Amino acid sequence: MALLEIKDLQTHFFTSAGIVKAVDGVSYTVEQGETVAVVGESGSGKSVTAMTIMRLIPWPPGKIVGGSIIFDGKELLDLSEDEMRDIRGRDIGMIFQEPMTSLNPVLTIGMQLTEPMLAHLDMSEEEAMAKAVKLLGMVGISEPDRRLAQYPHHLSGGMRQRVVIAMALACDPKLIIADEPTTALDVTIQAQILELMKNLTREMNVAMIIITHNLGVVARYADRVNVMYAGRIIESGSAQDIYHNPRHPYTLALLKSVPRMDVQRSAKLDPVDGQPPDLTKLDGGCSFRPRCRYATDVCAKDFPPLEEISSNHTSACFEKNNLDREVKALEK
Amino acid sequence: MNEAVTTRRNTRTGSSDGFEEVLVDVRDLKMHFPITEGAFFPRVIAHVKAVDGVSFQVFRGETLGVVGESGCGKTTTGRCILQLEKPTAGEIVFGGQDITKLNSKELIDVRKKIQVIFQDPYSSLNPRMKVGEILAEPMRVHKLIANEADRQARVRHLLNVCGLASAFADRYPHEMSGGQRQRVGIARALAMDPEFIICDEAVSALDVSIQAQVINLLEDLRDEFDLTYLFISHDLSVVRHICHRVAVMYLGNLVELADGDELFENPLHPYTRLLLNAVPIPDPAIEKTRQHEIIKGEIPSPINPPSGCVFHPRCPSAVDNCKNQIPTLREVKPGHWVACTEV
Repeated sequence: MALLEIKDLQTHFFTSAGIVKAVDGVSYTVEQGETVAVVGESGSGKSVTAMTIMRLIPWPPGKIVGGSIIFDGKELLDLSEDEMRDIRGRDIGMIFQEPMTSLNPVLTIGMQLTEPMLAHLDMSEEEAMAKAVKLLGMVGISEPDRRLAQYPHHLSGGMRQRVVIAMALACDPKLIIADEPTTALDVTIQAQILELMKNLTREMNVAMIIITHNLGVVARYADRVNVMYAGRIIESGSAQDIYHNPRHPYTLALLKSVPRMDVQRSAKLDPVDGQPPDLTKLDGGCSFRPRCRYATDVCAKDFPPLEEISSNHTSACFEKNNLDREVKALEK
Repeated sequence: MNEAVTTRRNTRTGSSDGFEEVLVDVRDLKMHFPITEGAFFPRVIAHVKAVDGVSFQVFRGETLGVVGESGCGKTTTGRCILQLEKPTAGEIVFGGQDITKLNSKELIDVRKKIQVIFQDPYSSLNPRMKVGEILAEPMRVHKLIANEADRQARVRHLLNVCGLASAFADRYPHEMSGGQRQRVGIARALAMDPEFIICDEAVSALDVSIQAQVINLLEDLRDEFDLTYLFISHDLSVVRHICHRVAVMYLGNLVELADGDELFENPLHPYTRLLLNAVPIPDPAIEKTRQHEIIKGEIPSPINPPSGCVFHPRCPSAVDNCKNQIPTLREVKPGHWVACTEV
C-alpha cells in the first residue's frame, strides 16, 4: 500500500475577485522511501497541495472542498485538529523555502530542535538534547553542542536550512515535504543541502515530496515527477519519461524554455507564449489551451483526463500522441 | 597586469562578431564599505571588502557575464560602474574618461548612456506611477524629448518594442504580472537610447517560461539597438546561453575570465570547476551517472578575507604557497585569464 494517496483533491480560495481553484482535482501517490517531485511555475498549485496535505490552509479564504488524503492508512481529512497536530512534525516533517523565516528568531536552536521531540515523543529534556546534538552532527553542523545555545541569526543561510532539515527529521517521520528547500540558497550550498537530503532520506527510508521549479534539481533527485499547471497535474511519470519522452505540450515547452549549461550556446530559446491563466477565470476546457501550439476545438470543450501512455506515465492532453516530432527534436 | 588586459584582442572562437572596441575599462576597482561603531561619534572599526581589486574590459557589442555566489561582489561591481557607489579606489573608463572622477553635473551625460535593469520587477517600479509616466520620466528629466505628445508616442513605441501593447501605458505596476513588469523595466532602460546596460539578475525572479521570453527579448534588443550588456547573474545556465564572455568572481576578486564556451567546457580555476559542477543538469540520464564533487564549507567573511589566495581554505588543490601568495590574473591561453598559481 502506498504511504500517501491523494485523490481528487480540491482546495479553493474564496476571494473578493472570485473563487480561485488553486488545487483542482489533484491525485498522486507516494510510496515508502520514494522521492516524488512536484514541478510547476508560480501559481500552479504545487505549494497549496503540500499545505493541504498538512491541513494548513487558512480559513478564510481557503478551504479544502473535496477529495481524500490517505496517509499510512488514515484519512487525514477526517481527523480532528488535535489528531492532525500529532501527525504534523511527527509522521510528516516539513522543510520550507526560507530558512530565515521558518526559524523563530528569539528561540535558541536547541529549543527549536527539541520542541517537536518533547511534544510528540515520550522524551525527557536531556534525552531530547542528546538527540538534538546527534541530529545536528548528522546534518553536517560542526560543534553541535555549542550550536544548541545559539540563535538563528548566528548561522548562515545554508546552516539554517540544515537546522530546518534536522527539525524535520527529529521525530523519525515517514514523509518529508520539502517546499522549494534550496531556492533561497547559492548553487554550491544547494548542492550540499540536496546531497544531504538525498543521503539522509535514503538511510532513514523516509519518503519525500520535493516541490520545486528547478528542472535540474528534479532530474538529479526525483524518482517520479508530477508536472502541475493551473491547479492540476497535467503529466506524471518517471524522471526518465518526463525528460526524454514528454507527452504534454506544457512539459515540452518547459524543457525547451530552460537554457542548459551543458550544451553549446544555441541560437534561440523556444519559450511558450503568453502568461499563465487567471485562476478565477478558468472555463471547462484545458487551461493550457490559450498558450498551446497543438490546441484544437476539442480542447475548449472538456478538460482532458489524465490517461496512461505507458505504465506509470500519464498525460492530460488530447493530442498526447501527436507530439513525436517535437519530442525527437528535443533529444538533439 | 592592466597593460596586458588592455592590449588583448577579443578572440572569441567560432564567432564572426570580433569585438574590438573597448567600451568600459575597469581598472583595479576596489569598494570597501566601512563598518562603524558608536552612535554619536562613529569610529570605523573594519571594512567589508566587497570588491577588492577587479580589472576587466567590456567590448562594444558584447555581453559580458559576471557570475558568482551571494556576497562575491558582482552587484557591487555593477553599482560602481553605474556610479551608485563611489569606489574606494580604481578607475572606470567609459567613453575615454574616468567616470569616478566626474562631479554630479558631469555625470548626467554619462548616466544617459549607462542604464540598469534590476532583479525585482516588484520593487523597482514606483507603485504610484502609471507605466506611461514611469517610461516618460527619464526622457523628461534628461530633456530628451521636450514635447509631451512626442514623448507619449515614444512610450508607446518602447512598450511595443518590449512586447507589450500600447494600452499598458495607462496601467499601474500592480495590474501586471512579473514578466510584464520586467518588460517595463527593460523599456525604461531603453528610453534613453543607452549604449551600455547593466542587467543585475534581470531574469532571476521570473518563472521558467517567462524567463525564456525575457532572455529572447534581451537578445533581440541587443542586436536591434547595438547594445552592450554586463549580465550579472548567479544562474550559470542563463549566463552560458546569453553571454559572449564570462567573468567568475569570488569574495571580491575576479578569479577567471574567458569566452563563454571555453569557460564552460574548460574551466581552469578550481573554484570555477566546483561551481559549474554544483549546477544540476536538467537531464536524469546525465545526472544519474555524473559525479558530484561538493565544495567544502561556506564563503568566508569579506571583512577579514583569508590571506594569500582567498579561495585557499576551500580549495581541493591548494598548496602551502597559496596561503601567502596572492595570485594575479594571468593569460594562460589566448583570451583565457585565471588567477591561480597552480593552473
